[in-house]
Amino acid sequence: MMEVKVINKRALVLVSDDSESRRLGSQELLQALRTEIDRCGLANEVDLNTIVDVGAKNLLPLVIIYPEAVVYGPVHPADAGRIVKEHLSQGRVIEEMIVPKHQLTGRIAWLAARSGALPAAQRIVLERAGRIDPESIEDYIIYDGYQALTKALTQMTPAQVIEELTISGLQGRGGAGFPTGKKWEIVASTSGSKKYVICNADESEPGTYKDRVILESDPHSIVEAMALAAYAIGADEGFIYIRGEYQLAQQRFQKAIEQAQALGLLGEHILGTDFSFHLHIHSGAGAYVCGEETALIESIEGKRGEPRSRPPYPTTHGLWGCPTLVNNVETLANVPPILRRSGEWYKKFGTPSSPGTKVYTIFGNVNLTGVFEVPMGITLREAISIYAKGMKNGAAFKLAQTGGSSGSLIPASLQDTPLDFAATRKAGVSLGSGALLIADENTCVVDLVKVLLNFFRFESCGKCTPCRIGTQRSYEILTRITQGQAELDALDELLKLADQMVRLSNCGLGQTAAVPIRDMLKHFRTEVEAHIQLGVCPTGVCPMRVEAPAAEEMQPLASA
Amino acid sequence: MSAHTTDNGYKEMARLAIEKHGTSPDALIPILLEVNQEYGYIPVKALTEIKKHLNAPVGDRLIQEGHLFSLASFYHMLSLKARGRHIVLFCESAPCHVTGGRAVWQALQEQLSLSAGETSPDGKWSLVTTSCLGACGVGPVVVIDEDMYGNVTPERLPEILSRYE
Repeated sequence: MMEVKVINKRALVLVSDDSESRRLGSQELLQALRTEIDRCGLANEVDLNTIVDVGAKNLLPLVIIYPEAVVYGPVHPADAGRIVKEHLSQGRVIEEMIVPKHQLTGRIAWLAARSGALPAAQRIVLERAGRIDPESIEDYIIYDGYQALTKALTQMTPAQVIEELTISGLQGRGGAGFPTGKKWEIVASTSGSKKYVICNADESEPGTYKDRVILESDPHSIVEAMALAAYAIGADEGFIYIRGEYQLAQQRFQKAIEQAQALGLLGEHILGTDFSFHLHIHSGAGAYVCGEETALIESIEGKRGEPRSRPPYPTTHGLWGCPTLVNNVETLANVPPILRRSGEWYKKFGTPSSPGTKVYTIFGNVNLTGVFEVPMGITLREAISIYAKGMKNGAAFKLAQTGGSSGSLIPASLQDTPLDFAATRKAGVSLGSGALLIADENTCVVDLVKVLLNFFRFESCGKCTPCRIGTQRSYEILTRITQGQAELDALDELLKLADQMVRLSNCGLGQTAAVPIRDMLKHFRTEVEAHIQLGVCPTGVCPMRVEAPAAEEMQPLASA
Repeated sequence: MSAHTTDNGYKEMARLAIEKHGTSPDALIPILLEVNQEYGYIPVKALTEIKKHLNAPVGDRLIQEGHLFSLASFYHMLSLKARGRHIVLFCESAPCHVTGGRAVWQALQEQLSLSAGETSPDGKWSLVTTSCLGACGVGPVVVIDEDMYGNVTPERLPEILSRYE
């Protein structure tokens, strides 16, 4: 597996560089800052970048310095020397240049309120990633590892563990955002002599690889979290379902289990208490639908990964019919830090409605791709301009796709929506799994949605008709549009299929296969209609003619 | 990998895989994965042997051969068709698509003279499309056997393919 180079500098300096700032000399300021930073020999420690459209008009050009999240403005080129010398070199914040908070408008005030929030300063889930040897339990223990488990087993009752999680406000990071404390409580309160904990590491959402990074860089955090979950709900056995393609993650996790067993942190009578917990790895065999929790359970039971009808839910009738807790990797990774510190501590990060941090993966037509962890509530614009270092080749941002199932298409007009569960829901978009596929102006929306539907039709398990046929027919219609063969009523047909998939599908796969279709027609209808009525693809991507079948995309597995 | 494609070879393979993973229902998929890895696909004869072995100590349940078939046909990592010596996986999910995947896919098909799912007559290559492999930071991604290649361009393909005998 290749490593993505992470730029991890001590400080980040952002200079506002919109047209108004430029008129007021931001380019000269940028140059002056660069010269000063080089002169003080800080080029390797300080990252200098620009930010556009900051909103504050009378304070431009603004300079924002992280990790302190200090906002200076207006800053003249002549001030560059002082900022670099006093703030960056000596670490002294220049009080008289700070913009009073009440003068800041909107987004910038919000930015400053999240003190210390950038760029790598806010690691909770990825705290140890890249800093410890993932194959060494000693490294993990030195960095606070297994403290939470020790604390819980010796000082807390299971109910207190759940209570702490409820206070933290942690929500499931798999996409749906269900409150974690509540889920644990339901399983804990279900009677049953045998219960199971399952970690869902069947990460197959296109573009999502945060769970792989967590498992490969810090496997013990998940071992600890699963033991904590087992203690809280009264389980003594657990499975982690890791997708078959993640060989390295499986190897490292296996090693972690063996090390924990050797030290008595897994197995019988953990830490001399009455609590016992056995943990197994179950490898996936290549099926996206197994990310759905009931399909995952079927797969562990040695069957085809076809989702069950719900209710009953796994919380009461899960693996082998027993009450089962299923959590995503990232959700679990948040648990040990919360219990080690406190729920109140965790609530300080992120937004009031969605506390904590979120691990995003960003890729597509941007300059820097990779994984980053930030407090809940950053906007897409920030993600692109700060973390991804802007669009590749200076192209314009057209849309973002937030990753596979339960994700959606976010047009440029919505790029200032804070990315948290509540705000995105309000704006009619969804966070999904935290994958940010950034597409530029050269991307054809019909072509993109066609690729997405091709994915869904390939991965549909075929159990229920609306999904099996709906994804296939939608794909065919989209293909016809890209070939210039469709009539306008094809769009009505698409919406009808989407509606049926949402209302009649058995699981989330079919339901969310409709989302990109609906989003496309909601935000980009003119572009779609241009294909049909004018016979042109505005971006020149679609062939607009019927190509030789040999070059077509893959056939569905079933010979339907 | 030294699995033998003889009747005794299949028998031995089935025995070893079951010995390693056990006979409980949750061992079925690991057993099939093991066989698939050994042969590159799952020969029908191996399936029959697995069925025989699983049912040998008469338990309270019976594994049907049809059930093993249904598993082998459901999961993408399992194949019932014989494959080439080298399996070329091309990721055709959206992240790779928008970063130039289309051109790579065209070039890949032309250079191997294969379409999706096909195996070359000399048994050297199998070309298979796949969903996201979780390496989207370096798309477009091509995987050959166990080696993953990122940021692939049509120009880089001849050199990459020439590394395989």
